[in-house]
Amino acid sequence: MSYDSVRGVPTAPADAAASWRGGTPVHDRAENVCVIGAGASGLTAIKNLREYGFGVDCYERETGVGGAWNWRHDRSPVYASAHLISSKPFTQFPDFPMPDSWPDYPHHTQVLAYLERYADHFGLREHIWFGTEVTKVAPAEDGRWDVTISGAKSGGLDRTQRYAAVVVANGHNWSPKFPAYEGLEDFKGEVIHASAYKDAAQLRGRRVLVVGAGNTGCDIAVEAAQQASRCWHSSRRGYWYAPKYAYGRPSDQVNDTVLSLRVPLRMRQWLFHRTMRRTVGDLTRFGLPKPDHKIYETHPIANSQLVYYLGHGSITPVPDVVRFTRDAVEFADGRVAEPDLVILATGYLPRFEFLAPDLLNVDAEGRPRLYLHAFPPAYPTLAVTGLLQPDSGIFSLMHWQAVTVATWLRLRESAPERAASYWRRHHSDVSGRFNKAKVKQSTRHWFEVSHVDYLRAVEKTLREMEAGQ
Amino acid sequence: MSRTRIFRWREWASPVPAVQREVLTSQPVSSGFGEIDGGRPPLLFVPGFGHGAWAFTEKWLEHAAGRGFAAYAMSLRGHGDSGAARHVTLRAYAHDVVQVAARLPRRAVLIGHGVGGLAVANALARYPARAGVLVSPVFGGFATFATAVWRNPAGTLPAVFGAQLRLRRGQLFGRELGSSQAREYAARVAGVSAPLAQWQLLLHRAPEQPVGDAPVLVVGSPDDRIVPLRALERAARRYGGAPLLFPGMGHDLMLDARWQEPIDAILDWLDKAG
Repeated sequence: MSYDSVRGVPTAPADAAASWRGGTPVHDRAENVCVIGAGASGLTAIKNLREYGFGVDCYERETGVGGAWNWRHDRSPVYASAHLISSKPFTQFPDFPMPDSWPDYPHHTQVLAYLERYADHFGLREHIWFGTEVTKVAPAEDGRWDVTISGAKSGGLDRTQRYAAVVVANGHNWSPKFPAYEGLEDFKGEVIHASAYKDAAQLRGRRVLVVGAGNTGCDIAVEAAQQASRCWHSSRRGYWYAPKYAYGRPSDQVNDTVLSLRVPLRMRQWLFHRTMRRTVGDLTRFGLPKPDHKIYETHPIANSQLVYYLGHGSITPVPDVVRFTRDAVEFADGRVAEPDLVILATGYLPRFEFLAPDLLNVDAEGRPRLYLHAFPPAYPTLAVTGLLQPDSGIFSLMHWQAVTVATWLRLRESAPERAASYWRRHHSDVSGRFNKAKVKQSTRHWFEVSHVDYLRAVEKTLREMEAGQ
Repeated sequence: MSRTRIFRWREWASPVPAVQREVLTSQPVSSGFGEIDGGRPPLLFVPGFGHGAWAFTEKWLEHAAGRGFAAYAMSLRGHGDSGAARHVTLRAYAHDVVQVAARLPRRAVLIGHGVGGLAVANALARYPARAGVLVSPVFGGFATFATAVWRNPAGTLPAVFGAQLRLRRGQLFGRELGSSQAREYAARVAGVSAPLAQWQLLLHRAPEQPVGDAPVLVVGSPDDRIVPLRALERAARRYGGAPLLFPGMGHDLMLDARWQEPIDAILDWLDKAG
C-alpha cells in the first residue's frame, strides 16, 4: 500500500504562480502527470499511473466518466442498440474482469456501468476535474508541459498549470469524417452522420440508404432492415462478414484458440475462408461483391445478422455512391436509389486541437506517426493512449499502454542514462505496423493493429524497460 | 517480471464458466459522522477445501466489522451455497475470487485460508488488491501431501484416485477447542470432490507475483497438522517476510478456541500498512 502515500496525494494548486509564460501565470504542479480525458483510456491511465506512484490530475470536458461509452455525452457515438463486437475476455481490463454472469457481448449501457465501477473501485474520481476542457498543451523547459485549462476547475477562465508529463487520452471516435460527394448540397433528403443516429425510431417507415460497411454501418443497416420501408446498403468493396459465433463459441475466442497455437497467417486465412464458405456461404449470391482481399487485411466486421437480412431481401446491397442529385443517389454500377434518409457510417478522424501538429509528429496526410502508436519521437514526456484500431477489444490494449507509459516515466526518473539510451534506440521507430497481414491503405486503417502483434511489441518494450530498473 | 505477463491465452480463448457465488457480509455500524468504514478497505475472506463462507461468519466477519471494516466472506464453486461446477480447477477458484473482489465497492484486501490461500495468491496476480493475507495457506506439493497421508491416510489416499478428500477434526483444530464444538465444526466441513484441483495441488506451478505491489502477510500455526511450519516459512519468504505464528492452534485459525488473536493481528497489520 506504499504507493498511496508516495507523492500521490495531489496538493491544492498554489495560489501564487511559480512562473510566467507570455504574460500569464503558470501554476506549478511539480511531479504530477496530466491526463486528458476520462474515457476508458483516461481512466486506465489514471489507475496505472497512481499504481506506479504518480500524482495525477485528469481533465474531462464532460460531466461524467466513460467518454464515448457514456451515451449522455453529446459527442458519444453510441446508439440505443449498440452491443460490443468483441466478447468479454477481450473487452475487459485485464485486472478488473466484467461480471461473468454478463452476456458474451454486453450492451453499451453495461460497458458504461463497468467503466463507472472501475472508476469507483479504484477511487479515480477524486483525481478528475469534470467540466474542464484542455485548450492548449505546450512544451516548457526540462521536458515539462504547460497545460491550459478552461471550465469548472478554473472558474471559466483560462488557467495554465505546469506538469512533469502529459498523457493524451481524448479518444478518436467523436469527430465525424464526412466524405465529399458531388451534388450533396442539392440533395433534398435528410443526410446525417452515424454519430447522429441514436435510435431505430429514426428509421421507421422511411427509405434509408446506409453508406459504409464498417461495424456501425452494418448494425444500422440491420436495424433499417427491420424498421425502414426500404434499405440500401452501400459498400466500397466486398468484405468478410464474420458471424459473432462459430463452432458454438464467440468467434474471437475461436480465433484466439488458433492464434495461441501460433498457426501462421496464411494458414489462419485459409482456415477462416474455408469456415466462411462452409457456414455463411457465397455472399455474391446476394449481390455483394466478392472480397478483393483476404481476411485480416481490413478491420474485421462482426455481424451475424447482415447476411440474414440480405437473405430475406430486406437489404439491397449497392456499390459506392458516385453522386447525389436533387432527389436521388447514383451508384458506381449506374443504379439509382431514391432514399429520404441517408446515414453516413463513414467513420471518425482523430483530432488534437490543443496540440500543435508537430508535437505529435503529424505527417502530410494528417496522421500522427508515433512509436507504438503512443510516443512522439521528439517528446519523451508526452504520450497518447487509446489511439488504436485493434482487431479485438481495445480496453486491454489501453491498459498495457498505460502500464508502458508509467514504467517509462519511472525509468526516466530512476535510471536516466538507461532511459536515454533506450529512447535513442527505439523511439525514432514510428514505422511499426503491428500487423502481419497486408492491411488496405485508408484513414480507417491508420491505427489498425493485430492485438497479438501489438501486445508482443508492448511486452518486449516492457521487458526491456523493467530489466533496466 | 510480474507486470509483463500480458498473454493469457486460456483466459481469452476459454474463459472460466460462470457460476452462482455465495457472498455473505457484515458491515460496520455507523459511529456518527464521516464514512462508516473510516476509509478502511473492504475485506474479502476466502475459505479453502471443504469450508464455505460459514467458516468466517462464525467469528471473524463480525469481529472485523466491529473494528470498522466492511467484511465479506465467499464460498468457492462447489462449496457452501455457491453453485456446483464441473471440471473445477485451481484456475476456476482464482477466477471466483477475482470476480467477487471486482464487485466490491472499493479495492479490497483478500484473505484466504487453506487452499483458499492459494486461490488468493493466484488472484493477487490477476487483480491489484490493497493487500493479501494468507492464513495457513495450502500451496500443495509433495511435502504437504506426505503430511496429509501421515495424519489422515483414509481421508487422503482415495483422493489421489479422484474420490472425495475428507478432513479429520484432529487435523483442523487445536486441543483447546472443546470436543463437542470441534465435532460440530468438523461435521460442517464437507468432503471435497474436485479431482482436477486436487491433482493440481500436487503439481501446480508456483503463484505469480502480485500485481500492483500488494503487500502480503502469511499467518499460521506451528502446530498446524495440515500445513507444516516449513511450508509456512517458504510461503512467507516468497513475499519477503516471515510468518506470523500462533502456537497451540490448529489449521482452522478462524474457528479454533483462541480465534480472536490471529484476526486482531491481521487487522492491526492492515491498520498499520494502510
